Amino acid sequence: MKVSLFIPCFIDQFYPHVGISMVQVLERLGCEVDYPEGQTCCGQPAFNSGYWDEARAVAEHSLKTFKDCDVIVSASGSCGAMMRVFYPDLFKETVHHFDALKMAPKIHEFSEFLVNVLGVKDVGARFDGTVTFHDGCHGLRELGIKTEPRELLSHVKGLNLVEMNDTETCCGFGGTFSVKFPAISTAMGEVKCTNIVATKADYVVSNDSSCLMQIQGLLDRQGNKVKCLHLAEVLART
Amino acid sequence: MIAFAREFKRMAARYTADLQHRALIQRALRSYEVKRDEFKARYQSWGEARQAASEIKWEAINHLDRYLEEFITKLEARGTKVFVASTDAQARDYIVKVAQENKVKRIIKSKSMTAEEIELNHALEHAGCTVFESDLGEYIVQLRHEKPYHLVFPAMHLTREDISRLFEKELGSQPTNSPEELTMIARSVMRKNYIEADLGISGANFGIAETGMISITENEGNARLGTSLPKIHVAIMGIEKLLPRLEDLALFLPMLATAGAGQQITCYNTLYGGPRQPGEIDGPEQFHLVLLDNHRTEFLADAEQRDSLHCIRCGACLNVCPIFKNVGGHSYGTTYQGPIGSVITPHLRGLQNWKHLSFASSLCGACTEACPVGIDLHHHLLQNRRNATQGKATWWEKPIYAGFVFFMRRPWLYQLSGKLGKIFFPLHKLVNGTLLDPLRLWTKTRDFPDMAPQSFQEYWKEKKAKGPHAPR
Repeated sequence: MKVSLFIPCFIDQFYPHVGISMVQVLERLGCEVDYPEGQTCCGQPAFNSGYWDEARAVAEHSLKTFKDCDVIVSASGSCGAMMRVFYPDLFKETVHHFDALKMAPKIHEFSEFLVNVLGVKDVGARFDGTVTFHDGCHGLRELGIKTEPRELLSHVKGLNLVEMNDTETCCGFGGTFSVKFPAISTAMGEVKCTNIVATKADYVVSNDSSCLMQIQGLLDRQGNKVKCLHLAEVLART
Repeated sequence: MIAFAREFKRMAARYTADLQHRALIQRALRSYEVKRDEFKARYQSWGEARQAASEIKWEAINHLDRYLEEFITKLEARGTKVFVASTDAQARDYIVKVAQENKVKRIIKSKSMTAEEIELNHALEHAGCTVFESDLGEYIVQLRHEKPYHLVFPAMHLTREDISRLFEKELGSQPTNSPEELTMIARSVMRKNYIEADLGISGANFGIAETGMISITENEGNARLGTSLPKIHVAIMGIEKLLPRLEDLALFLPMLATAGAGQQITCYNTLYGGPRQPGEIDGPEQFHLVLLDNHRTEFLADAEQRDSLHCIRCGACLNVCPIFKNVGGHSYGTTYQGPIGSVITPHLRGLQNWKHLSFASSLCGACTEACPVGIDLHHHLLQNRRNATQGKATWWEKPIYAGFVFFMRRPWLYQLSGKLGKIFFPLHKLVNGTLLDPLRLWTKTRDFPDMAPQSFQEYWKEKKAKGPHAPR
């Protein structure tokens, strides 16, 4: 199966290893991996800030970049939700509405693609350590992803999965919210970190690097040794 | 920045820094969650019950004209005086007039967020009446000269010790740690107020169009007593609280109790259909119902956010909101706190003044998931942001997003800025956390990640150049 990767801008610049890990896992499973060149950002920062005209201009670029792709796999639940759920809203009553509706069902978040499209639960990974999983809100509530990453993690050899309290509670990142209201965002992150640390896990895993940037940023500042990893980075280890 | 936004930020900073307060609220809501889940589990399907509730409210709201007419006609037929107030001022004036015409001095009031919305107590006190709050939580915040902290649990921010100290100071009671004793202290004061009151004020949880009745839900019996002892009962209700049929209560009363308070059903649920009828031995001689619009018809005209009128004021969205749990109810500065407050306050009090509440959200969607009547709360926050920005963009944001578009539509420019970023980013270490740090809103409390030496795009180019069979 030919799979087109969507590697959102901040993953491209700050967490490229997430994308590389996705390539490794997908190739291991026999997929033909493609990366449509020229991709940048999904437009979510402008969209969430209320600048819908600007978001539309950036989203148009994405529609163009991915127009010939049949299967698009996103490295982030949040950016995936932007393209699958919010593009059709954003382009309502514009010439691109049909293109947005046509593209929406082709977008898959990584874990959802592996489990629901490829039908794979065991990707043949080995990872030694205790792991807790954080549900990113957009993946969870916009895309309905809950069991898929856990099924994948439960099949990783050597991995011990423990659930934290309130795993479905937001980490406080929220895009521009994190800098517009840093005190609230930090307080929310602190609650999340307390729940993470209480599990005594060595790693927090999520399918959204943006949540992990917030969580790792706080854990490091607090001097905690817990490390954040994207799901793909765990699944890539053999 | 607008004064309301500044005040919100100031209060939010104060409350988020108060770890004891955060722990108190989070502990209280944790025990609510346990009870709520216990009673939710008794539904054959909570999801389907939500769907049914949402459809019934949809029916009521989308045919509000018809149901209101039916409701008013039936109420008037039994002698209720119905007053439709377009604005908060009209509602206040009407109630003050009723009080003055009947030479009312003392008023006993049960809990009503609609009365809070129109600041009724203030108007009545100004007209020379004394208003006694009879709901225990409301009574406590009234003694403290505070606004309700939460639309269902007005005094949830106080500990038993706080309440004991308050009663000691205001009522001269002995200190105690027992909730029962504290309740008895309030009760001993309250009894006298009920008996002496000339007028009782209540809210309404639902209006039943089919029978022309209002339904009041409570746990303390205070509304029942305060509306039946005085010779006049004035109820105030938002026009959106209608349900088409009496049988709809079979769904809504338990849902309100479970979603709102983690109860199977509240202790007292009473229907009021009019004043004392000929041949009846008790009940008020006059029954007035004030139906409040106060911008609700503007919601009705807004197809996108019309479902905000489904709200039954249960407070479930507050109880799951991570923002509410950390900033608390008093930070909002609104009548309605939490997600529903952030959605509707801009419509009630002006978008530009209250838009900051729609931005003060991570858009996590826990509220929408919890709402028993399926209001699309977190997406409405997004729409408020869009409407606010279209109305008046922030002067410094507009050029930033113009630049964002310029770069993101030009992949070469995006890639070039990534390359330049890698050169200049190490300099960030020199200013990290200082006043010169452009990222200080982040780095004040959190570490910022380093840029990767090689971007994914660069990795991909290299991989492609090596050919498909190159080692990974």
